[in-house]
Amino acid sequence: MRIPCPHCGERDVSEFRYGGDASRQRPAHGTGDLKAWHDYTFTFDNPKGPHTEHWQHVLGCRQWFSLNRNTATNEITGVVE
Amino acid sequence: MAKGYSVFSLLRHALKPDTPWGLAWEKPTPKSSYDVIIIGGGGHGLATAYYLAKNHGITNVAVLEKGYIGSGNVGRNTTIIRSNYMLGTNTPFFEFSLKLWEGLSHDLNYNCMVSHRGQVVVAVSPGQLDSMARRGNIMRLHGIDAELLDRGEVQKLLPYLDYSKDARFPVWGAIHQPRAGTARHDAVAWGYARAASQLGVHIIEDCEVTGIHMEQGRAVGVETTRGRINAGKVGIAVAGHTSQVAAMAGLKLPVESHILQAFVTEAVKPMVHHVVSWGAELFYLSQSDKGGMVFGGHIDGFNTFTQRGQLFKIQDVMQCAVSLMPFMSRMRLLRHWGGIQDMTPDGSPFICRTPVRDLYLNGGWCYQGFKATPASGWTFAHTIAHDSEHELNRDYSLDRFEKGGELDEHGTGNWTYKQ
Repeated sequence: MRIPCPHCGERDVSEFRYGGDASRQRPAHGTGDLKAWHDYTFTFDNPKGPHTEHWQHVLGCRQWFSLNRNTATNEITGVVE
Repeated sequence: MAKGYSVFSLLRHALKPDTPWGLAWEKPTPKSSYDVIIIGGGGHGLATAYYLAKNHGITNVAVLEKGYIGSGNVGRNTTIIRSNYMLGTNTPFFEFSLKLWEGLSHDLNYNCMVSHRGQVVVAVSPGQLDSMARRGNIMRLHGIDAELLDRGEVQKLLPYLDYSKDARFPVWGAIHQPRAGTARHDAVAWGYARAASQLGVHIIEDCEVTGIHMEQGRAVGVETTRGRINAGKVGIAVAGHTSQVAAMAGLKLPVESHILQAFVTEAVKPMVHHVVSWGAELFYLSQSDKGGMVFGGHIDGFNTFTQRGQLFKIQDVMQCAVSLMPFMSRMRLLRHWGGIQDMTPDGSPFICRTPVRDLYLNGGWCYQGFKATPASGWTFAHTIAHDSEHELNRDYSLDRFEKGGELDEHGTGNWTYKQ
């Protein structure tokens, strides 16, 4: 799999680190509801299909960015601006 | 259908080669209703059905498999069995599993080729050897066999490791569990399928579950590619697609699906007589009875359902192999493949009730499902039959993260592969 780093261009996946589902919303600062934090931290939609996710170019520019990828095919449809 | 396998039936068939062996398990058409439906005809699902029938007398059971028996992760793993766990429930659970492995071939009347060749985990630093001593002591306090080996003892057992003075990862010692070993993975699936079928369980292949029917918050049946089937209780044991099946009942789980690759080389004469694992990086290797080196490493590291591994991970695992065992550089890789498995935050599984009544979950096995197969089936059957957890799987609940009951065997916190 090749990943298009928005800064360095397309590179091999081995240069990157996966950072998880990017579509989730972090609970607001000060949220006291522990269930909300639990769900944010531990549960995942884990879709078989389109997925928006964080990646970091650890062996390159070290920039974090988000990617649209299909988990059923590994097809990457673009970087989230 | 072939009833009992024995030396006499073998002789009978040897003398009459034109009478074929009967089917190992029946191929029934699905009934409209069962007491229990198990979704997923892998090792865990089949074992669950077998123990439901054998231990609890519940024989009106169907196992629904979307492919054929043995096509999933039960036929994709590296066949290692062991019980060197040290946290909470893990230690007695996996030891119980290993004890079931010891009698499994007799219990199922099917040769699962269980081989107690022992597992040696090689330490590459004094600190690592200390932590292995701690693990070994915890195991021994539970009555599990564990021996700490120094460098000289390792060299006697595993003369083919890199003991040169410029080895990148020097061998400091090892921990050895003599009762650990391997089992023939396909035979485990076939054996459980046959034994369950003989007790009246319906094993239904080519039957994919596409929905879970609910009434007043209870699971009452499933929709399948072969029509609707009603059930008193429904158990999920589908490893890899656990999130998808659970979502049919409105559940969102602490699970991400990841690919783990495995490798096998050409066959050579017997030389690796143990399961060998490594402390420097996640790596494990054994030599199959056919002679090939069967080995694997860590997951690729990002969620996917493709069953196609990435080249960089193949390279990583080959580097591990050659670094630990220099002879591996002269072996030729024959095949490699991937399996999709559930990763959980703490690396431990779920065998539990769910927020939906009459719906039960068995999943989240990360890369340790195969060795757990007998105990997983045993405790999941208990959980379904009694609507309450067995003492061995009480801690494998879905709410353990809320309650501070994480079982992170690696000791590095949540989502180790994302760190």
